[in-house]
Amino acid sequence: MMDAARTLWQFHGGLHLPGNKAQSTAHPLAPAPLPRHLILPLHQHIGEPAEVLVKPGERVLKGQRVARPHGFVSAPVHASSSGTVVEIAERPVPHPSGLNAPCVVIETDGHDEPVPAEHAGEDFLGLDPSKLRNRIREAGIVGLGGAGFPTFIKMNPGPSRRIELLIVNGAECEPFISCDDMLMRERADEIFGGSQILLHALQAERCLIAVEDDKPAAIAALRDWLLQHPDERFEVVPIPTIYPSGGERQLIYVLTGKEVPSSGLPADIGIVCQNPGTVAAVYRAIHHGEPLISRIVTVTGDGVAQPRNLDVRIGTPFSELIAACGGYTEQVDRLIMGGPMMGFALRSDEVPVIKTTNCILAATPATLPPPAPALPCIRCGDCVDVCPADLLPQQLYWYAHAREFDKTQDYNLFDCIECGCCAYVCPSHIPLVQYYRFAKTEIWAQEKERRKADLARQRHEFRLQRLEREKRERAERLRKKKKALKTAPEGAEDPKKAAIQAALERARARKAQLAEQARRDDGQEP
Amino acid sequence: MLSAILALGLLSGLFGLLLGWSSIRFRVERDPVVDQIDALLPQTQCGQCGYPGCRPYAEAIAAGEADINQCPPGGEAGIQALADLLGRDPKPLNTEHGVPKEKMVAIIDEQTCIGCTLCIQACPVDAILGAAKQMHTVIADECTGCELCVEPCPVDCITMVPVEQDIADWKWPYPDAGTLTTHAQHG
Repeated sequence: MMDAARTLWQFHGGLHLPGNKAQSTAHPLAPAPLPRHLILPLHQHIGEPAEVLVKPGERVLKGQRVARPHGFVSAPVHASSSGTVVEIAERPVPHPSGLNAPCVVIETDGHDEPVPAEHAGEDFLGLDPSKLRNRIREAGIVGLGGAGFPTFIKMNPGPSRRIELLIVNGAECEPFISCDDMLMRERADEIFGGSQILLHALQAERCLIAVEDDKPAAIAALRDWLLQHPDERFEVVPIPTIYPSGGERQLIYVLTGKEVPSSGLPADIGIVCQNPGTVAAVYRAIHHGEPLISRIVTVTGDGVAQPRNLDVRIGTPFSELIAACGGYTEQVDRLIMGGPMMGFALRSDEVPVIKTTNCILAATPATLPPPAPALPCIRCGDCVDVCPADLLPQQLYWYAHAREFDKTQDYNLFDCIECGCCAYVCPSHIPLVQYYRFAKTEIWAQEKERRKADLARQRHEFRLQRLEREKRERAERLRKKKKALKTAPEGAEDPKKAAIQAALERARARKAQLAEQARRDDGQEP
Repeated sequence: MLSAILALGLLSGLFGLLLGWSSIRFRVERDPVVDQIDALLPQTQCGQCGYPGCRPYAEAIAAGEADINQCPPGGEAGIQALADLLGRDPKPLNTEHGVPKEKMVAIIDEQTCIGCTLCIQACPVDAILGAAKQMHTVIADECTGCELCVEPCPVDCITMVPVEQDIADWKWPYPDAGTLTTHAQHG
């Protein structure tokens, strides 16, 4: 289907980077072998970690819920295959900190027995959007593009925002990563099927599937499917290949010329953007009743013998995927989750694939040379030329470096998408994005401290009030007692006094009686 | 000439009346500077600054009796914030008052606790739960790490333990160009 020449816009900055995608797109998708152990972190999404529901020793089936969402911004976790829960314990997880986190560990039994699917094959058009969102939530679907934001919330912009456009973000602009490419090539039906469901959930009219023009096979596959199943609401739009065109705000600008407001969301301008993997997961959840238990992962880099894309169960250790791709090559030096621009290095390959794992990059010093030592900033401004968010990285660097966090926020630090374009071009090799990340987490930590301090102040002030009140009450009681004593009339019957008096009388009477008795006895004696 | 003098005199009289009325109508009970200083202090209520709590310290700073660098829990960031607020020069922490330590919380050894309530009376934020002859326990979320409970305990059953860092609290470190662990700078 030939579309009329479509106007596209060009965002400021950006870089043309070598794609390095061909290495991993030579083979079709294949399922990764089922691992012996599945490690399922309880926190694979933005929001509160899920609450575990199962106990060690319990048998679980594929697709069975093992943890439920905690609060509104949260997502459930499901078993990716059948087996027995071994333990609920802290295990290494893929996170830049290298810290451990609570995980459900399942020993698979090899039967892959699924839990009976509920609501499979239901006609989604008959479902209310809120019911659809609930199903999406129950299926544990979060943004698979990397952020992991619970999808059901994104699908609920609220009554005040009218959504007109759904964008499926097939740009996949970062070098090496090709999982969305393979998904679009081989499972166009799931992408269109999922988008149709989302259009209904959002009550939106149009859907654009954006793909960078370095993916002709994916574009052809999508266009082919659309030719065979015409749907006027859809359009496949090739966009110029430039990093980071896959950034949500950048992509929206390229397709529509509209800017998402700095403190706002795409929904504020009537647009919702989703990753193709997320869309395919929605299709599976609604049509097959299948929760999110697997995703496509690119295993690539010259540090692995046979790079390719695999269909992986969530919870599979990275080491097993490397093994499935022929193992490490001799020169391998770094293991990165994500791509070379925005990924982070891992200390161990025993970490599991989580919902947001799009790529495992095993690199040698030839592909990713060790960072050169940083030199002083020479104020050249190259970083400003490439920033796709129209920021001033130079100023952000100076203030972050000097720890003047208020100033960094004046320069819109939180609009930085950490794409790495600025660090890439810096002639002094300054690790710019590291400074911005440092500033962001410092600011969040300071805000957290301030909230805690406010709470402590309240508790302290309440305590002072409580002590004051106790003092007053004590003084009041004392005053009352004193008053009672003073105002008691003379010779009044004080019950205590009366009792003592009566006892004294009894004792005196007894004594007199005994004395009388003694005298009579004496008198009788001769 | 006369009209100019009269006009200016009238205006100044008018403004004087307005100011006088405003000073009565808009009077504030407490010195707002004390509140602003207190808002920047960490509320540990530990007394390391030499004053019995954060508010007395704030009052002392406002009165010019105390310097802005006496608070170890506030650290450098706290001194900087106070300096910015008061328009003074920041100075290094006066280590006579202590040094910044990592965040710690108190924990009571329940085997040893005798239920005497001395620690409860000492805690400035009422973070210890308990009653006479009942078990005492520290509510870890509310404990500010001020350490005022450690001394009064007659059986020495309170220890300070560092707060365990988890992924939610983890911060990116200050970049040191020699020890980068993340993405390449150039391809």
